[in-house]
Amino acid sequence: MVWTIELCIARQKAGSERHYQTYQIEIDPDEYVLDAVEKAWAFYDRSLTFRHACHHSTCGACGMLVNGVEKLTCITPIRSVVQDKGRLLIEPLRNFPILSDLVVDTSSMFNNLNKVSFNQVASLPAACLPYESEQPEHAHPEYERLVDCIECGMCISACPISLTSSDYIGPAVLAAAQHESIQSLSPRILEVVDNKNGVWRCHSAYECSAVCPSGVEPGWRIMKMRQAVIAHRIKSFFSSD
Amino acid sequence: MPTLPHAIIIGAGFTGCALAHDLALRGFQVSVLERGEIASGTSGRTHGLLHSGARYCVNDLEAAIECIEENKILRKIASQCIEYNGGLFIGLNDADLEYLPKFLAGAETCQISIEQISPEKALILEPNLNPALLAAVMVPDGVFDPLRLALAFAASAAENGVRFFPHHEVQEMVFDGGGNIGGVTALNKHTGNLYEFRGDITINATGAWAGILASLAGVDVPIIPTPGVMVAYDKRLVNRVINRLAEPGDGDILLPQRRMVVIGTTSFEVEDPDYIPLDKNQINQMYACACQLVPGIAYALQRGAYVSARPLIKTKMVGRSLSRTFKCYDHKESENIEGFVTITGGKATTCRIMAEKTADLVCSKL
Repeated sequence: MVWTIELCIARQKAGSERHYQTYQIEIDPDEYVLDAVEKAWAFYDRSLTFRHACHHSTCGACGMLVNGVEKLTCITPIRSVVQDKGRLLIEPLRNFPILSDLVVDTSSMFNNLNKVSFNQVASLPAACLPYESEQPEHAHPEYERLVDCIECGMCISACPISLTSSDYIGPAVLAAAQHESIQSLSPRILEVVDNKNGVWRCHSAYECSAVCPSGVEPGWRIMKMRQAVIAHRIKSFFSSD
Repeated sequence: MPTLPHAIIIGAGFTGCALAHDLALRGFQVSVLERGEIASGTSGRTHGLLHSGARYCVNDLEAAIECIEENKILRKIASQCIEYNGGLFIGLNDADLEYLPKFLAGAETCQISIEQISPEKALILEPNLNPALLAAVMVPDGVFDPLRLALAFAASAAENGVRFFPHHEVQEMVFDGGGNIGGVTALNKHTGNLYEFRGDITINATGAWAGILASLAGVDVPIIPTPGVMVAYDKRLVNRVINRLAEPGDGDILLPQRRMVVIGTTSFEVEDPDYIPLDKNQINQMYACACQLVPGIAYALQRGAYVSARPLIKTKMVGRSLSRTFKCYDHKESENIEGFVTITGGKATTCRIMAEKTADLVCSKL
């Protein structure tokens, strides 16, 4: 089956205004949005820039706005976002500087992730959410796996607070801090999260959890992080040293 | 103090990033030009298997030994992007059982530490395996995140002064008076501006695109882009890499990654690796293969499907073979063009040794 879609892509070279360009793309609706973008680049316009790597949701490079909503385009089937002869709007993520076209500069997020020593590999139980239904019997703690956060930046793009304040450290980093502090809340992590641009800046819109393609639940983790910070303050208050 | 030699690497896949890291350690100034971003070609779309070498221990001992050695090194230097839970080779029919003794002997020859376990024990370790399995062997396989493996090399390289230029597409080779290559011109796709990069050596590390890039220099590097299809499902049904205990073939590796499992792969030839359409028949073939290894795939949903173009080297090449798993062409030897080297082939697991040997060649030329 082949559909014809109008792929409307936001274009912007460094220093110039954004405009939109439309490409007629013939594509199998079971292929993915990223395939359509790659097709536009391969057959129509080699000046188009976009980010992509793994094409199966393990790397987090290809987050874009699809019809105004954050989507990991490599796992978003064409048929889930457009109909035959329909129009599909592709724009870069919000709340990051745009380098060109669909490429945003996520380095601020990665620098902040470094501040909380975010590790991509964890033991299998630690990689899962604590409230998930019981782990299967064979999930020995010595197994390890890559954690859920793929550092795509989509939660920051969707966050209304990140939109209003570039100082806010953002859901991805706070979720990573929570993940890293399950065992112990280090002074280093406290310094990053317990301030006006950290965990207290969140207004609980939960857009982060809604758009996360990987089940990280940043909203839940931010609330959990707040509990941990309060518990830490109370403990510090009563501890004599 | 003499100025440091400047190497221009074209392509920021595994090879380009690992080579940048190696050359920087040796004191080179290095610039890496990439038309997309790091790992946006074949490398990013790789299956993600950190080979134990067991897959090759019957038919290609040299590749097997290289894999197990590099497997151990990468687990040390890049553990932050590797799920290391080991792997299993499982036999499902009589032909597989016939392969078993050859497999055990090969693994011993290559010093890959393996352990044959009973099917019952295999099912305790991995309850979702096909319960009809007849034999099982544990091997030291692992799984890596492709982008992060490339980034690990790139970050170390950048720390040592390597400059990366993503979204810079090479337009032309810059020839000096004597017909030798002294650099390239590249288009910055963020700005639309054209820049000239001058270097003492230009290294073509564009993998499946190596032939296309080399043609800019008037050089023939006959690469056949040979893609394979991989399919990801949304349930992590195993924790170990599951391999079919048989000669390497299609759809015989199922690996866990994050919350998914990924089955691969196939093999076919294309002319242009820039856009390879997904073939539904191959996706269905992968599904059937995955169900043979782990029947529970039938209850999982497809999460993604993708194609990755291996750089296969046409045989009867005159190029120098630094190893059987990859090739490095010094175009001084083949076409009398100085200052230009092509490196291609190889696999992700062996990218570090590939870079090391290429850096040796580059150093011997300067």
